[in-house]
Amino acid sequence: MDDAVHLQAAAVLEEAYSSGVPVPPLVESFPGLTVEDAYAVQQVQLASRLEGGARVVGYKVGLTSAVMQAQIGVDEPDYGFVTDEMVFLENAAVPVVRFLQPRVEPEIAFVLGRDVAGPVTVAELLGAVEYVVPALEIIDSRVADWKIGLVDTVADNASSGAVVLGSRPTHLGEQDLRLAGCNLFVNGALVGTGAGGAVLGSPLTAALWLVNTLGARGVTMRAGQVVLSGSVTASVPVAAGDTVSARIAGLGTVTTRFA
Amino acid sequence: MTTTNQTTWTAESVAAELIRCETERTDREPFTDDWPDLDVDTAYAIQDATLDQRLARGEQLVGVKLGLTSKAKQQTMSVDSPIVAWLTDAMVLPTDGPARVSDFIHPRVEPELVVTLAHDLKGPGITPAQALDAVASVLAGVEVIDSRYRNFRFTHQDVVADNASSGAYLSGPIAKTVPEVDLSLEAVLVEADGKVINSATGAAIMGHPAEALAAAANMLGARGITLKAGWVILLGAMTDAVPVQPGTTLAFHYTTLGSIYLSWED
Repeated sequence: MDDAVHLQAAAVLEEAYSSGVPVPPLVESFPGLTVEDAYAVQQVQLASRLEGGARVVGYKVGLTSAVMQAQIGVDEPDYGFVTDEMVFLENAAVPVVRFLQPRVEPEIAFVLGRDVAGPVTVAELLGAVEYVVPALEIIDSRVADWKIGLVDTVADNASSGAVVLGSRPTHLGEQDLRLAGCNLFVNGALVGTGAGGAVLGSPLTAALWLVNTLGARGVTMRAGQVVLSGSVTASVPVAAGDTVSARIAGLGTVTTRFA
Repeated sequence: MTTTNQTTWTAESVAAELIRCETERTDREPFTDDWPDLDVDTAYAIQDATLDQRLARGEQLVGVKLGLTSKAKQQTMSVDSPIVAWLTDAMVLPTDGPARVSDFIHPRVEPELVVTLAHDLKGPGITPAQALDAVASVLAGVEVIDSRYRNFRFTHQDVVADNASSGAYLSGPIAKTVPEVDLSLEAVLVEADGKVINSATGAAIMGHPAEALAAAANMLGARGITLKAGWVILLGAMTDAVPVQPGTTLAFHYTTLGSIYLSWED
């Protein structure tokens, strides 16, 4: 499809952001939209945010669990960009009005110590990771009722919303990310458990996929940028007044609250 | 089987029928279909009678297992407590070869956490902290559950009578002490034929496995039974049960308690 369609589809999503009203799936409004088109639609939105002064501080990997991939009918993850205005401090109130239908996921986040341009091996990626932190990702969909397939979620920036990074960095070499346990609590009640390996067998696999997929598109990840590797448990819906906390073995806790 | 009605069933005859089903690897409809008034106390009396039959044929009592320790499963069965059931030495899976699907009716496999006791625990009134204090060692565990009821269709009373769908179990390669393991964050990653299919932590067992151990002590204590030093306690499933077929190889990788591999043949 041509650029005009990409611009139109991006405008539909941007309108949903500003109005707070979700839209029907793009695959219905723009029949024939492919995954490559969807990434182009994502790029249009990124370009307009950069024009507005935002900067890319990292990327998120989505569709990383066996359950999610089966639900969407894919065997590969997807990715979206994270800009500076999407990042919230731990324990700071996150206004739910920013979102349309927010849900929260506990994740392991990698922070790069130096630039890395895919293709790289897992060993080369390990050398570029400065540290890991526990993170909460607020996912959201501009598509009504989360009625998304691969094309819709990719176009909608991989259903991203916001990110809360934990404040305790640890070195990757000290962690067994694959077998690290993770407990997710909403208002003190346990709502999900899992192991890091629920993310594509290992969160490292997700990070490697991201770096190499970006690399194939000519994008270099930069020192200081963050990789959100994907949810360790099923996501849970959140509302104003909720406090969400994740505890990940070896990494500690990360907490956020919604106002 | 001829049709029966509630007047013909006793705790002993139901127990004998359950043991027959287990021995002959045949399933049946739940007893509450024709014994709707079967209550939980009677169901535990049936379970005790199945233990008597196992002991009479030479098996040794080695401990207990807990069932229905996840909130989701309790809600499904409309109960707010777990089930306690008996373990004998005959239920230990040999590790010298693949498990056989034909040794069971319709086996499913669950990752668990297991403890052995250093001291007796006698409820009621046992707290989770006191329960942990009685633990000698903590191990990974895998339980093969196998209901004697067709398609796993049963009420709470039926499954209590059926020894909480007990089948077989094995414990993992590494024994640790309580202070060495964060039981709430000890995770298991479940792989079927090398593909990750599920994961969970110890917190999936009643919020903390110590809660399950205290519940076992208190529920048995109410029946005048003491958890004995040396017993093995299977604390409950961490994930949904995985159905198996001949050719399936399951792997259960624990954070600090090692890995358990279980292959299946006909």
